[in-house]
Amino acid sequence: MTVPGVDPEIVLPDDPSFGPEVQLDYPGYRSTRLRAPKSPLVTLPEEFHAIDGPVFGDLPIGELDHDLTRQFAGEPLGERIVVSGRVLDEDGRPLRNTLVEIWQANAGGRYHHQVDQHPAPLDPNFAGAGRCLTDDDGNYRFVTVKPGAYPWGNHENAWRPAHIHFSVFGRAFTQRLVTQMYFPGDPLFPFDPIFNSVRDPKARELMVSAFDLSRTQPEWALAFTWNIVLGRGGAGTTPLEDHE
Amino acid sequence: MSLAKTPSQTVGPYYAIGLTRRDQNELASPADAAALRLHGQLLDGDRRPVNDGLIEVWDRVGKRWGRSGTDADGRFSFVVTKPDADGAEAPRLDVFVFARGLLRHQLTRIYFPGEPANDTDPVLSALSDDERSTLVAQAEDGALRFDIHLQGGDQTVFFAH
Repeated sequence: MTVPGVDPEIVLPDDPSFGPEVQLDYPGYRSTRLRAPKSPLVTLPEEFHAIDGPVFGDLPIGELDHDLTRQFAGEPLGERIVVSGRVLDEDGRPLRNTLVEIWQANAGGRYHHQVDQHPAPLDPNFAGAGRCLTDDDGNYRFVTVKPGAYPWGNHENAWRPAHIHFSVFGRAFTQRLVTQMYFPGDPLFPFDPIFNSVRDPKARELMVSAFDLSRTQPEWALAFTWNIVLGRGGAGTTPLEDHE
Repeated sequence: MSLAKTPSQTVGPYYAIGLTRRDQNELASPADAAALRLHGQLLDGDRRPVNDGLIEVWDRVGKRWGRSGTDADGRFSFVVTKPDADGAEAPRLDVFVFARGLLRHQLTRIYFPGEPANDTDPVLSALSDDERSTLVAQAEDGALRFDIHLQGGDQTVFFAH
């Protein structure tokens, strides 16, 4: 399918053969040219992938670290939203007590970061960062405002679809994931080289949250649900007591 | 049940908002007599500093973890102690590299200079001399220096993960 206005030099056609893997040297995302490694990766012994990663269970997570709308004296502008879901492994097992960190632009599409000079207003009541630990069922939950789309310098008239950055650790060292959560139905999807660097359209869908009426808070906030699935981190990494 | 993995995306240029607000680059107390400063530069394919990179290091033996953003000169910095030896494997730190323009984080290792166990380490032994030299830190003014080259003839060895 061709989408009118999509530059074929910026967004390549779908290619399901990539599966869940991102194309590291995606040409339409200009910054990859001097940064994506070119030498073949070296394979480590299988047992390496089973080593435990860092555990953050005793991090002093603040009571409001998960609520980006209550970190200042006033409330941020924008659509208030609840973003929640589960962190699972490929076998569907919940990853408990694992650290989830997020960061995002404000409702106007501007990051609270000195490098971001997009002439949209900063919001004195919004820093755009949160963190939490998953519960016993792997659930995480944040309260925030919907981030705005914003222009960037990648190519002429380039705009990023609205997204929230997520960082997740998991249990095994190699389960580490940093990604971006998108919002359903964003009209900018066909034009964004970062989103489309995941060539398999089915895999791209896994980065898109779902509107979830059941988790909205009447008279208060809309809700989006998004589950995060981490790799196994090698065979046999899950302790026996987690096999239920 | 088998679920499909969530794909990776770049940390982008503004990760500092979420990931490096707090200082987390000390895997050991600077007051520890064995503490070493470990620093280096993250460099792109034109050997220019990557000023929006993020390095995470993990000592799996001592269970100590840290991360450091890169500054305007692409420099990152940690306080570490050399991990204890673990069987046949030489002491090392496991390292993830993140950056704008890097759509998935890359895995590498930092080994320690002058370490006899490096000669028999099963991973180092499987590499060519040139590859191996990209993974061993250099002693420099009482500190350890480890530069990371994302591309080029002296590209750092990255591992599949």
